[in-house]
Amino acid sequence: MVNGKKLVVSASPHLRSTTTTTKIMLDVIIALMPALAASIVIFGPRVLAVTATTVITAVLSEYIARKVMKRNNTIGDLSAVVTGLLLAFNLPVSIPLWIAAVGSIIAIIVVKQFFGGIGQNFANPAITARIILLLSFAKKMGDWTAPLSWRTDAVSTATPLASLASGETEGLPSMLDMFLGVRAGSLGETCALALIVGGIYLVARKVISPAIPLSFIGTVAVIMLIAGKGNLEFVAYQLMGGGLLLGAIFMATDYSTSPISFAGKIVFGIGCGILASLIRLFASMPEGVSFAILIMNLLVPHIEALTKPKPFGTVKEEKTKEAAAK
Amino acid sequence: MADKKKSLGKEFTKGLLAENPVLRLVLGTCPTLAVSTSVVNAIGMGISALIVLVCSNVVISLLRKVIPSKVRIPAYIVIIASFVTIVQMIVKAFVPALDAALGVFLPLIVVNCIILGRAEAFAGKNSVIASAVDGLGMGVGFTIALCCMASVREILGAGTFLSGAQNLLVLFGENTLGGFNGFTLIPQDGVISPMMIFILAPGGFFTFGVLMACANKIAERKGKPKAELGGCKACPMAKNCAILAEGKECGEKKEDEQA
Repeated sequence: MVNGKKLVVSASPHLRSTTTTTKIMLDVIIALMPALAASIVIFGPRVLAVTATTVITAVLSEYIARKVMKRNNTIGDLSAVVTGLLLAFNLPVSIPLWIAAVGSIIAIIVVKQFFGGIGQNFANPAITARIILLLSFAKKMGDWTAPLSWRTDAVSTATPLASLASGETEGLPSMLDMFLGVRAGSLGETCALALIVGGIYLVARKVISPAIPLSFIGTVAVIMLIAGKGNLEFVAYQLMGGGLLLGAIFMATDYSTSPISFAGKIVFGIGCGILASLIRLFASMPEGVSFAILIMNLLVPHIEALTKPKPFGTVKEEKTKEAAAK
Repeated sequence: MADKKKSLGKEFTKGLLAENPVLRLVLGTCPTLAVSTSVVNAIGMGISALIVLVCSNVVISLLRKVIPSKVRIPAYIVIIASFVTIVQMIVKAFVPALDAALGVFLPLIVVNCIILGRAEAFAGKNSVIASAVDGLGMGVGFTIALCCMASVREILGAGTFLSGAQNLLVLFGENTLGGFNGFTLIPQDGVISPMMIFILAPGGFFTFGVLMACANKIAERKGKPKAELGGCKACPMAKNCAILAEGKECGEKKEDEQA
């Protein structure tokens, strides 16, 4: 009762952070910008059309779904924008715009809102939508445009991973081209440099923990080193090819679909790495990052249960039993 | 059942929506997911199951006082299997293309939960005519559910409707209806192409889920309980369940049997 002020005793939490979902999503959007810029240089202005389509459709779907389900509106948290951006990054630049829009609708309405909206979805919306599109429109989703060919005539070509899988190593882009992203592939996955810059920004801003990306990429590196019989060049192509960096940095780290504890994150990352490598090496598809992340998404509840941290001061059950036996 | 005699009309209509075998009782999901890739297959499967259902219901109802309750399940299976064999032979003889399209799912009607379920829950306790009407209602309900699912999946997944209609129309002679063989709604190489995932397994599960949600919504409006997996009270069959009438649940009954 000093200075006439009352001592207010309230229930926890007593410490509040100023971090909001909107701020986190804004950071993710900023981190994705270098890759978008690189993509425009590599694949031309159509990148903007595809990205705009997915983002606008995603936000509209979110708005309409929330309205129809009579729930409070959540487009302000920007999560739909991030989903739209990530989905666009997973599509080839030549994709018909209506397919891109269908992808956004699936991601937001089926994968996210059917399960209760942000934080409730069991799988990453962008990844799931990409897989559904891949299974639905296999031909159009595999129509890769050669890099920098947009100024003249758009030429179709194979991705480096597809070339590696079929054993044609002659037409592979140089290591520098791979790093800068001058290669065929999904719109936002090619530029390793931009993706790594975005990842470092997210880690520095403490939006993501480096545990999942590092364990994911590390596992793929180790397996590829063994599979390539110590050929470092093969490992480098595998790490920079396909959607590994995009998936490991931006998609596997999605909050609601990855484990909370550090140990859980490591298990999750290693699991993703093993699955992605196995699909790349032994399955009929050249790329498996998206399938790996989706499968591990489904296992997250079990990983959480296995890696539950021990509360401070508690004793393990077995020990108490042993003590009782003695 | 003598105390609450229902009209035969009610026995028939309950199978259509209120106790629709697929969408409300969640029975027979395996053939539902497998054959609902095209409407023609769905109709063929639905009618085959309907014939088996009506015939086996009638025979089981006739024999309900003869069959000892301890061996009722094997006895029911023998009766059902006989009718499935007859239907399969007829299909093979008269609509061979349908037999090829349905493949193993035609003989598998023997172990279809809907048929055994109706035998156990209805035909074993009710009169012959009521059982026949019940089988007819359930069979029509099964066919309707299959056709709904198949329409969604065929139109979105393959871009066609009633494709391969001649497979069934062959019953009425060659080139019936001017050789009508289905419509093409979304051409494969047009501006908009069909979404193939709908005729694959994931699309089947997705369509099934959405249809069940719709059926639940309609039933909810009529004040019926939702179809839920697990929980005896929530079961749409709760009102004529013998175990619940004793004030027990399925789990408890099993424990009793083990003891």
